[in-house]
Amino acid sequence: MSAVYVLWLRQLIRYWRTRSRIIGSLAQPLLFLVALGFGLGPIYAQAGGGNYIQFLAPGIIGMTILFTAMFSGMEVIWDRQLGFLKETLVSPSSRFSIFFGRTLGGATVALIQGVVIFLITLLFGFRPISLLSLPLVLVFMFLLAYIFTALGTALASAVEDMQAFPLIMNFIIMPVFFLSGALYPLENAPSGIKLIALFDPLSYQIDALRQLLNGVSHFGLAIDFGITLACALLVSLLGVYLFNRVEV
Amino acid sequence: MSEAIIDVKGLGKKFKAFTAVDAVSFSVQKGEIFAFLGPNGAGKTTTIRMLTTMLRPDFGSVRINGFDPVKQQHDVRASFGIVFQDFSLDNELTALENLRFHAALYHVPKKLAEERIEQLLKLVELFDKKDSFIKTYSGGMKRRLEIARGLIHHPKILFLDEPTLGLDPQTRNKMWAYIQQLNKKEKMTVFFTTHYMHEAEKYAHRIAIIDHGKIVISGTVKELRKNTRTKSLEDAFLRLTGHGMRAESSGTVDAMRAAAKSWGNR
Repeated sequence: MSAVYVLWLRQLIRYWRTRSRIIGSLAQPLLFLVALGFGLGPIYAQAGGGNYIQFLAPGIIGMTILFTAMFSGMEVIWDRQLGFLKETLVSPSSRFSIFFGRTLGGATVALIQGVVIFLITLLFGFRPISLLSLPLVLVFMFLLAYIFTALGTALASAVEDMQAFPLIMNFIIMPVFFLSGALYPLENAPSGIKLIALFDPLSYQIDALRQLLNGVSHFGLAIDFGITLACALLVSLLGVYLFNRVEV
Repeated sequence: MSEAIIDVKGLGKKFKAFTAVDAVSFSVQKGEIFAFLGPNGAGKTTTIRMLTTMLRPDFGSVRINGFDPVKQQHDVRASFGIVFQDFSLDNELTALENLRFHAALYHVPKKLAEERIEQLLKLVELFDKKDSFIKTYSGGMKRRLEIARGLIHHPKILFLDEPTLGLDPQTRNKMWAYIQQLNKKEKMTVFFTTHYMHEAEKYAHRIAIIDHGKIVISGTVKELRKNTRTKSLEDAFLRLTGHGMRAESSGTVDAMRAAAKSWGNR
């Protein structure tokens, strides 16, 4: 058993043992789906946009993954406070493998949450255009989970204050979510919003999901994929850099 | 003279204006059991943190098994094992899972790990409780498990930071018998801190006493008694470090434990 596998397994075991949290963390995206989907649906249809639930579902899947992934970074802070972090950090396993294992574990958990909400959206009338693209959908969902778990984990390794962490997270998560085009089409958005969305990593994974599930895209799948991979690489480098500097 | 496996020269660490460790120098020979004593807040744990790559020193040089903890972190980490002063187990996992994960992190081959885990769990008398979650363990049981965990991989150097705190004499004696056996059989060097003077007297080949970040004396028990003209190590210790009680910064750990409790310890 290598360090990567063990730390990945640990995240999954912990996730499975605290199943009550699974339900709790699904409440928020569900609320968004119902309130926005049904609340704004008629207006969206009147404006000629079509079925809003159909448009919104990939955004809500992305939202679920984003939130779960970023907050899994919180586990680093808990582990620091409860001592488990130093147990791993003084081991002869490389900091890279420790960071990578934790991130893979958190990302897998976020992916599972995303799949669960995906299934729920089907109950609310979401219909993907094709099931053939499902493997690719999962790839993008996983990359999305990976990017933001890595970011959350990296930031948490640099923050020692447990109270400050959720505030910092919200400061990042909220703009990333609301400015990504998860809730509205970027096509008709004002150029300011469009410009900001260009620099929001989440825009590209949501866009890819929409292309694969709805057949509409703003950037195009190739660009989505390229930028997503670049982001994954970038946050990995950041994470390893920060993890190498952690003092416990 | 045999070779020094821990070699420390002029080591120091400052936390803002406070100098926690002030130009400390000492060395530990290969195969030695070395006690590092001092009152609360004297700089023991800070020194251990610098020796074990957890904290970057501000000045001085350290060699652990010939490697530099700042520049050759990985080689240093591969050279030692440690039992921490504070708890460092994962509460959501069982005892067995904690030990297995440790064995994997320390690259112990699976078969050997299973053998040692069983042997050690029996040693600390937790074999029957191996599938219980750590959150159901008492403080003493956690301590015993952490000691067992620290011994799964047989390191060249074993750091023990107040390992026997809160343990009954039965467990203490057993633990030390096991460590002495490893020390003899595998030439494992042991570096430990304790507040029990008789423990240092009984098990340590050599002792250093640190106070206010400086080493005030070092040598064998005999030498220490002779130099301070006292009858026991405890008297020598009190003569050197005074009778006043020390304040120790409780740090974030206690605050966090309280927070963890209020969050239901997850």
